[in-house]
Formats: sequence, C-alpha cells, structure tokens
Amino acid sequence: MNFVLIFLIVIFSSSLFFYGKSKTKSISIQRNIKLNALPKFYGYYLVLWSSIPALVFLLVWSLFEPVIIKSIIIETAANQGAIFNDKNEANLIYEKIKAIHLGTYFGDIDTILKESAISYSKFLNIFTNSKIVLIFVTIIASVIFSLKKIRNNNKAREDVEKILKGLLFVSSLIAILTTLGIIFSLLFESIKFFSVINIFDYLFGTNWSPQRAFVSDASAITTAEYEELKDAFGFVPLIAGTSFIAFIAMFVAVPIGLFSGIYMAEYASSRVRKISKPIIEILAGIPTVVYGFFAALTVGPFFRQIGESIGLTVSSESALAAGLIMGIMIIPYISSLSDDVINSVPQSLRDGSYAVGATKSETIKQVVIPAALPGIIGSVLLAVSRAIGETMIVVMAAGLAANLTINPLESTTTITTQIVMILVGDQEFDSPKTQSAFALGLTLFVATLILNYIAQRAVKKYREKYD
Amino acid sequence: MTKEQRLKKRHSAERRFRLYGIASICVALLFVLILVNNIFSKGSSAFMKTVIDVEVFYDPELIEIENGASEENIREADFYDITIETLLKSYPTKNLDEENELIDLFTTDAEIEIKKAFLENNNLIGKKINLEITSSDDIDQLHKGNYPRDLPEDRRRISNFQLKIYDTLVENNKINKNFNNYYFNNGDSRDPELAGIGGALVGSFYSIIICLLLAFPVAILASIYLEEFAPKNKITDFIEININNLAAVPSIVYGLLALQILLATIQLPRSTPLVAGITLALMTLPRIIIPCRASLKAVPPSIREGALAVGASKFQSVFHHVVPLSLPGTLSGTIIGLAQALGETAPLILIGMVAFVVDIPSTPIDPSSSLPVQVYLWSESAERGFVEKTSATIMMLLSFLIVMNFIAVYLRQKFEKRWN
Repeated sequence: MNFVLIFLIVIFSSSLFFYGKSKTKSISIQRNIKLNALPKFYGYYLVLWSSIPALVFLLVWSLFEPVIIKSIIIETAANQGAIFNDKNEANLIYEKIKAIHLGTYFGDIDTILKESAISYSKFLNIFTNSKIVLIFVTIIASVIFSLKKIRNNNKAREDVEKILKGLLFVSSLIAILTTLGIIFSLLFESIKFFSVINIFDYLFGTNWSPQRAFVSDASAITTAEYEELKDAFGFVPLIAGTSFIAFIAMFVAVPIGLFSGIYMAEYASSRVRKISKPIIEILAGIPTVVYGFFAALTVGPFFRQIGESIGLTVSSESALAAGLIMGIMIIPYISSLSDDVINSVPQSLRDGSYAVGATKSETIKQVVIPAALPGIIGSVLLAVSRAIGETMIVVMAAGLAANLTINPLESTTTITTQIVMILVGDQEFDSPKTQSAFALGLTLFVATLILNYIAQRAVKKYREKYD
Repeated sequence: MTKEQRLKKRHSAERRFRLYGIASICVALLFVLILVNNIFSKGSSAFMKTVIDVEVFYDPELIEIENGASEENIREADFYDITIETLLKSYPTKNLDEENELIDLFTTDAEIEIKKAFLENNNLIGKKINLEITSSDDIDQLHKGNYPRDLPEDRRRISNFQLKIYDTLVENNKINKNFNNYYFNNGDSRDPELAGIGGALVGSFYSIIICLLLAFPVAILASIYLEEFAPKNKITDFIEININNLAAVPSIVYGLLALQILLATIQLPRSTPLVAGITLALMTLPRIIIPCRASLKAVPPSIREGALAVGASKFQSVFHHVVPLSLPGTLSGTIIGLAQALGETAPLILIGMVAFVVDIPSTPIDPSSSLPVQVYLWSESAERGFVEKTSATIMMLLSFLIVMNFIAVYLRQKFEKRWN
C-alpha cells in the first residue's frame, strides 16, 4: 500500500517537472518578461514541492498509525469485556485480533475477539482512506502554492537551492538521531532494570547468573526474591572477565603493533612498506566471526592439547585463546595509527638527535617515541575500546559462565558475550533478565564513549602540537 | 669499558631493535598466512560432494503413476518404496539392523533425488537407470579423508558393517565426487550434506543492497553539508562529535538499538534482511561519512573558486565540480564501508537472524540468514561435516570482501586526481 503510494507520488511529481518547465516558458513568451531562473529550475521547484510534503506526511503517518490503532482497539476490546491484567496480555490480545483479521489465526475465536477483529478492519479502512485523502489534499495544496509562486516569476534557482540545503542539513542530523536512538533505547530498558535491581547491587555484586533470575511478577518483588535477584546480577565478574581478555589482547597487540609501526615508519624501504602495510591491514578487514571460528576450533583445542601434554588443565574456552586472537585482530589498529603518529614527528627532532651522535634506535627510543607518546597512547586506548566492544570472538571462543579468575587457562565471560547469550532465542520482554542486557549495553556504551573521548583528545592535542 | 666496546654494544642494540621490528611484522604476516591456510585447507573440500552410484528400477508395482504423468501428479506421488528398494539393492543385507545401516549411508533426501530424475524424464516407468545418489554426511567425510577410521567401533559414527559396505563400493568404483550443487542452492539444514548457503547468500545480498540504498545517499548528502555548507557553529560541532563517536560505538550496541526501536517499537518483522539492512545502514553511515568528507576536502579550493568566478552559485560549484571530482574517493569509501557491513555478525544475531531458516528468502521481508551469521550458526554445530561447510562459507565471505576491496582500491587508483 505505502509502496504504491510512494510510487504514485514520485511518478506524479516527476511528471510535474515537464509541466513546470513548459509552463514558465510560455509565461515568459506571453507576458514578454525575462525569467528569473532557467526554466528547468521551475520544474525542479514543482517536483520538490509536490513530493517532499507528501512523503514526509506519509512517513509520519505510517509511524503513528499502528500505535494509534492499537490503543483504540485495545480500548474497544476492553469496553466489550476482554480481560487483561497487564501490557503483555493486552499485546497478546491485539496480536490475536490482528491475526483474525488477516485470517491466519487458528485458535478458538470468541465473540469479543470476533467483534474486535471486525472493528479492527473497520478502523484500518478508515485510517487508510483518510491517509489517501489527506495525502491528496497535501499534494494539491502544495502544488497550488508552488504554481502561484511560479506564476509570479519567483527566483526558482535560489528557492530550489534553499530546499536542497535543508535536505542536506536533515541528512546530517541523522547522526544525531542515531545517537539519540541509542541512548533512549538503552536508557529506557536500563531504567526499568535499575528500578528492580539497585544500581549499587549491580555495580558491586560479585555473582552473575541471569539464567537463575525467575520472577513471577515483576511489579511486586518480595524481599526474599530480591536477595536472590541481587545475587544473579552482579557486574564485577563481567567487567573482570572483559578487562582480563582485553588485557591479554593488548599484551599481544601493543608490542607487535608498536614495533611494526616503528619499523614501517623509521626503517622500512618504501617497497617493503608498500607490500607489508596492506597485508597487515588485511587483519583489520577480516570479519570477526572468522577470528571467532579460528579461535574456537583451532587455537582453543591446540592450547588444550599443549596443556595436556605438559600436565596442565586448560579449558578449551580459555581466556588465553580468545585474548590472543583478539590481540592479533587489533595489531593493525595500533600499527597503522602509531605509524601515522610517528611519521608526523618533525624531522628536525631526529636530525638534532643524530647530530649529537645518537644511533637510530637511540633516537627512536629517546626522542621520537617520547614526542609521539600522546598519539601512541591515544591509539592504544582506541584499541582497548575496540577490544572491550568486540563480540564475535568472545561469543565463540570465551566461556559462558562468569568466573572471577585471573588464570588465563580458565574460561571467563565478557559483557558482550552475556548480551548475546541473554538476547538470543526466546526472550520475555519486561523480565529483569532481558532488561539486564540493555543495562550491560549501556555500561559498554558509556565505557567505550569515555575511552574514545580521551583517545581522540590525546591524538588531537598531539597533532596540534606539531602542526 | 673502552670506547670501542661501548660502540659495539650500542650497535648491537641497534641491530636488536631493528630485529624486533622485522620480527613483529613477520609475526603479523605469518598469522595472516596461518589463518588463510587453515581456512582453505579445511574448506576447499566442501565444494565437492560424495555420490554413490545406484541402479534405480522404476517398478510400476511400487509407483501409483504411469508414464507421461503430469508434473503435478509426479510431485504428489510417493516414491518412498522405490527409494528403499533401490537403496537396499546396492548391497546384500541380512537383517533389519543391517538394512537400516545401509540406508543410513545415503542422504535423507534420496527419495527427492530419485523423484527429480523421474521429473526430468517421465517415461521411466518399468525402466532401469543409473543414478548418483548423494551420500550421507558420515560417508562424505570418510571419503574425503576427514574421518579417522582407526578408532574403536563404539567411538565411531560409522559401524564396521558400514565400513565394509563403503570399502566394497570403493572397490567397485561406485563412489565418486561431484560438484556440490546443494551447497550453493540449498538453505540451511540439520543434515550437513544438504545444508547450503543459498539462503544466506540471498539474505546477505538483500541486506547489503538495502544498506547501500539507505546509507550511501544520506552519507554523501551529510558529508557535502558538513564539508561545504555548514556554518562554523555549535550545532555543526555537535554533529561532528556525534559522527566520530558513532563510528567507534561497538556494533553490538546497534543490535540493541535495532531490537528496541525497529523490532519492539516500529514492529518490523523479525529476522528479515529489511531490519538487517536498516541496522547495518545506521552502523555504516558514520563509517562512510568520514572517508566521504576526506575526499571532498581533498578537492582543492581553486576548483570551487574557479566555478564561483565564472558565475556559478555555491550549489552549482559544489554539485557540478566538487562532487564529481570527489566521486572516486567517496565510492571507494562506501564500498569499504559496505565490506565491513557484509562481515558484521553481532547486531544481526540480536535481531534474530540466527533463526533456523530452511527456505530461501524471496523478498527482503522474509526471514533469512546471512553469510557471517551462517558461519556462526554452523560453527556451533557438532557434526563434523559442518566444520568443512563453515570454512567454505568463510572462503566465500572472504572472497567477496577481497573483490569489494579490490574494486575500491582500483577506483581510487584509476580515477582519483592527484592535485599536487
């Protein structure tokens, strides 16, 4: 339905292009005046005016229509005697009514549902018809308005450019809308979660096992139940596991990344650089699910075998395997960024150091790196935020149970793993378990935001210093 | 320590330092090699499947249809008896257990294959033909040498009797390898020999197209605004900070966003390429805007000034001159952004693309899977046959990414103007 409407609007408004073009030509001949713009701009003007208001109207309407119809239907169903205690049951009844209307419901249909389904299709009809009428009115109104402008020989090019500039501005606002969307969707569920679980119990609890969190009625939780719940949602093991795996990753990535960055910036000939840099950057382009597969099926069992042969018990989902592979994934982030940073250290600093007799490595260690340090720290922080937000490697290669451990051979879990584990499969909305995933998401979002902010500030400060 | 000794020490420190650099580059390169080698050696066999040669007799007593029956009749007809008869004839058995073990050597879709042969030539009643039936996953893996034979029988999935049949079949040249058409045409399946990436390919294709259609225009318009028109004020600064932050938000957060806004609030259908495409578009948008802005910035101001000098409006100077000149950079940035989106898994898992979907989606609002999610799903399966399938899917995914990146590099090198 909507697609047909969009199609018709587009066809209609693009046909207006030719009308506008020829109309203004004939006006200029009739009245013997000079047009204020090329005829095609009058065509564009009509096209924009006839399509944009109608399309915006259609978009807004389609966003609100289902919500309004739903509330009306639920209300009428309640008036007719349908019984539901909370939002979930109301939703269920609404879904049933919808399914009956579509003819895809095969359960028992009582009279209330039947009546509601009839009124549902009635409302749907009313809404669709009024939508079409209103869109029609919008188009007519905007076409009349723009035609009047055209007759008065307006400055069509400037007007078209103004409209297009508005369009450009709106496109750049989408980034803000996305951020707002993320914040609201995370906050909305997290607030519900924190209204059940005290935020301090969450932040400082040392036990994470959401699968135990059964709540009979989320609106009235008894003290005994709360004690149990509190014990299921402790954040400490997750942040410990996440930082531990990220630490192992950085332990691998920082030395390798930094040394390759230094070598490429200071030693490598342009030919070596030209070949090796893209190959190292392949590591950043490989999808993380591939690393996860490799870590889970090759590296994990390999470590386990080695462990067995020297008499150590190594979990096949060890933190070591996940961390090691994650570290390898991160190498190019560190090497490229530190390569850039080192390259932008002014040559005069190096020359000064050579002039007093330092070797190349001494210059690098004592002059170049200290000068580039803020930038290097920035790149490491960016890599850390990448590591704690990384999902697939840990989902596939790290464990599921939250252990508080610092033994790299044991399995631990991470924030991202838990989000995936909670939200995969059947979820009941409005249970603290589902909401906890959003609380975890919020924590992750805030943590990466802070890390990125600091890192970007560091890199920017450093760049300004040598510009 | 004398002067010479000190110098020697310093020089050897120099050499060591240099060696560390070479070593770490080598470690990174070595890892690329190991990874690619590991995936390719495991996955390349999945493009072939093992087939067993059998003789099918379309016994008129066992089928209820006649020669020249219409296609619809054939599709509805029951070929089960003929199938069992055919499979049992391929090796002599003594009792019911052995019969079951023999039937287990063939794919569960043997009946469909026999029916298909009949559909292609519906005059086969009362005739005998030789047909190559796909083997079961266990025989497939055994034949490809991925399955150890020397385990004790109770730890093997293949019994001694089945091994004996297999050896006889090999001796009689009845076992062959064919191109694995199922791998490319089928959707997901619980049986490794029948599972394919057809559904995932189509799903990924739809998602990426939707992502491209949504993200590319918005990204290019937004970067034109920010680079060419935006006044220097608080709002512009805020938009810029937002874009930079969004590019660094972990992808799983976009999954949560999609779950809450697209699925719970707007109620778009779950597990569909439509939702996946929108989610990926939101995620790639900032990642495309950043290179687009860079390539707009790289166009020298003299171009704009030249256009303005001959009387073009600001808009005309931008859209007639700056944007076309920046196009190679913008396009290659977009393609690289799309390549990242193609390999993205975590947000798609959250919007329910992990559902088990057998059918190949025909529209973007049918439930479907996608290539990286298929990798995740199969890697969680216990069957040995799926390891090979997963690696092969990774090979497909990587080759798509390589092609996309290659196009991006080519576009940039071939068409981008150097301004200095």
